[in-house]
Amino acid sequence: MEVVYKKPHALTDVQMHYCPGCTHGIIHRLVAETIDELDIEGRTVGVAPVGCAVFAYNYFNCDMIQAPHGRAPAVATGLKRARPDNIVFTYQGDGDLAAIGTAETIHAATRSENITVIFVNNAIYGMTGGQMAPTTIVDQVTQTTPYGRNPKLAGYPVAVSEMLSTLEGTTYAVRVAVNNPAGIIATKRAIKKAFTNQLEGKGFSIVEILFSCPTHWGMSPKEALDWIEQDIYPTFPLGVYKDRTEGPSHD
Amino acid sequence: MAERLLMKGNEAVAEAAILAGCIHFFGYPITPQTEVAAYMSKRLPKIEGGVYLQAESEIAAANMVLGASAAGVRAMTSSSSPGISLKTECISYMAGSDIPCLIVNVQRAGPGLGGIQPSQADYWQATRGLGHGGAHALVFAPSSIQEMVDMVFDGFELAEQYRIPAIILSDGLLGQMMEPVIFPERKPKYIDKPWALTGHGFKREHNIVNSLYLEASELEEKNNEREQRYNEIRRLHAVADSYLMEDASVAVVAYGAAARVSGAAIDVLREQGVKAGLIRPVTLWPFPTAAIESAAEQLEQILVVEMSHGQMVEDVRLAVNGKIPVHFYGRNGGILPTQQEIINQLLELTGGVK
Amino acid sequence: MIKQVLFAGFGGQGVLFAGRVLANTALGKGYELSWLPSYGPETRGGTSNCAVVISDRKIGSPIVTNPDILVAMNAPSFDRFIDSVSENGLAIIDSSLIIRESNRDDITRIDIAATTLAQQKQLTGLANMILLGKLFSEIALFDEADISSGMKLSVSSSRESLINLNLTAIALGSSI
Repeated sequence: MEVVYKKPHALTDVQMHYCPGCTHGIIHRLVAETIDELDIEGRTVGVAPVGCAVFAYNYFNCDMIQAPHGRAPAVATGLKRARPDNIVFTYQGDGDLAAIGTAETIHAATRSENITVIFVNNAIYGMTGGQMAPTTIVDQVTQTTPYGRNPKLAGYPVAVSEMLSTLEGTTYAVRVAVNNPAGIIATKRAIKKAFTNQLEGKGFSIVEILFSCPTHWGMSPKEALDWIEQDIYPTFPLGVYKDRTEGPSHD
Repeated sequence: MAERLLMKGNEAVAEAAILAGCIHFFGYPITPQTEVAAYMSKRLPKIEGGVYLQAESEIAAANMVLGASAAGVRAMTSSSSPGISLKTECISYMAGSDIPCLIVNVQRAGPGLGGIQPSQADYWQATRGLGHGGAHALVFAPSSIQEMVDMVFDGFELAEQYRIPAIILSDGLLGQMMEPVIFPERKPKYIDKPWALTGHGFKREHNIVNSLYLEASELEEKNNEREQRYNEIRRLHAVADSYLMEDASVAVVAYGAAARVSGAAIDVLREQGVKAGLIRPVTLWPFPTAAIESAAEQLEQILVVEMSHGQMVEDVRLAVNGKIPVHFYGRNGGILPTQQEIINQLLELTGGVK
Repeated sequence: MIKQVLFAGFGGQGVLFAGRVLANTALGKGYELSWLPSYGPETRGGTSNCAVVISDRKIGSPIVTNPDILVAMNAPSFDRFIDSVSENGLAIIDSSLIIRESNRDDITRIDIAATTLAQQKQLTGLANMILLGKLFSEIALFDEADISSGMKLSVSSSRESLINLNLTAIALGSSI
């Protein structure tokens, strides 16, 4: 019998802990497929964040490290500077990357560290039980914005791709979503480009991926996917925000 | 014999690190430590594979060390007291992930932003308070630039042997002053690091560097294993230096800059016939408890001298365990006790007449 | 033997450098020594000082609170340190910049108009070396060759041309 679909080698056999309907698994798979296709598993080191994806170190077959909350880009910097031939990626959620790790994110970008950042944005803190995240949209109800996010009290959502696109050091910043098959294909393409950029020494690439949290959004998986399109797109429009890969390569 | 050079402590510790095989340095400016980073920024780009990087914060610098050390290279950072506070988060992670590294703390006075003059007020932090979770780092307390240089080699090698961070507890005085130093003709010793994140190359299972264990029994087992390593370090690597202790009836216990001055004070008192000696802890963690415990058998009393309101004095009292009186004299806020102050203290204790 | 020396003046007058030359000269002769600068904001244009201790035994504190020798290069430093000079100590004063009396009759005071003298002898900016030259002749621990090698250790290779000028200024100070 011909095998037409199988688990990428870069994913381990460990059963993932993610909630039913969570789309982390899809993104893990896309990253792993990319590692397989580029044949880089043997020299790839991944950095797991604090948050729902903390156990990513158990799921990827490449060498892995678990970083302090928000510090993944700094840890990745150390890994990459120590062994420039290795391929280093971080996998970070919105709380990790855009709240406590804002400084590490911005400065890794501004140095154009030759790393790949997979930024998974579901507009909520999942691991701690559904609190407001830096990317929680206006009026969104969370455990700590029970009356909806009020910008007068809690400020506005952080638009990471837009913000990083203003930095000279950012090579590639793109926002995609995994809420439908077309989006998944586009996400795969973006992830592959972000890893390829690193292979070609082009500098800092970030793929911001909108994904769903049915558990803490209080929705069915299907409703959650629809909600991304209806309610999150207006705040976080999809698109390529920065791409200077066509220019001269970055040393 | 190697050349006798005149160098600032901050520069000598940096050069020693390079000689000890550390060519990955991640820094952030803070007085009175900045010369360490400045020296590295000048030297490392000229060395093949050398990396000097100025991070966006002390937090980031420590995490870059975590990344580089996890990748298997010798990496270090340096800072001064307020900056070390920021690094402690990562030090806890390094301890929990069993990652070696070297950190230099050129102590300044606190608390808060405090001052920029030398201090020993980070003793508790270095020996007790390196972040959450009850972790330890090896803590070396040089009292001369020469000793600081020698400790860099030991620091890296013991850190790697036991997979534990190491700290050199310097201060603004040792960092800023120059004195003669001879760099040892010592080849750095390296050991295999099968745990390092080098990329598995399909030759082994994937390595994971991690400090998270949600299963309590698993974490307890992990912590117990580490505690065994700590116990071996306590047993084998606690070091104290003794000076004029053979017939001493009173001893000063002091480390680092305070020990220099205490030693000079004791020289003066010996000329006056006072039987004073010096016990100088060279490692602060592990604390040389046994050396002090056994000295307490022969002594009538002890004077602890520190550049703080008294921190190490607690460990001395634990070691002495009530056998003899343990007195304390300290200056703080950035002030070094003077030789005369220590002489006066000892004369008062011993009933000598000035 | 122990000599505790304090050099004090404005930032830019070469106070730290003078101390460095003394320290390197002592280094060459195998003495124990320490050199400690004032550091922090006060080095940015304000007063600057450095302490040098030379001894034939291990040095305890590198901090000099009561110098055996004070080299003062400006009035604020004179005011700040003249009373701290140890009994029977020595104060070497740049009298072109310091017009001050003190009631210290228990110390030796040597006034040299070093800044003016430097200008007259085409040694502008080397008042520090003139004063250091006087210090060398007073302590009488080092000969010309010692001083010359101390100087070479103190000057970075990119500024080697300064070595002879500095040595000329030191010789001038010694001869006063």
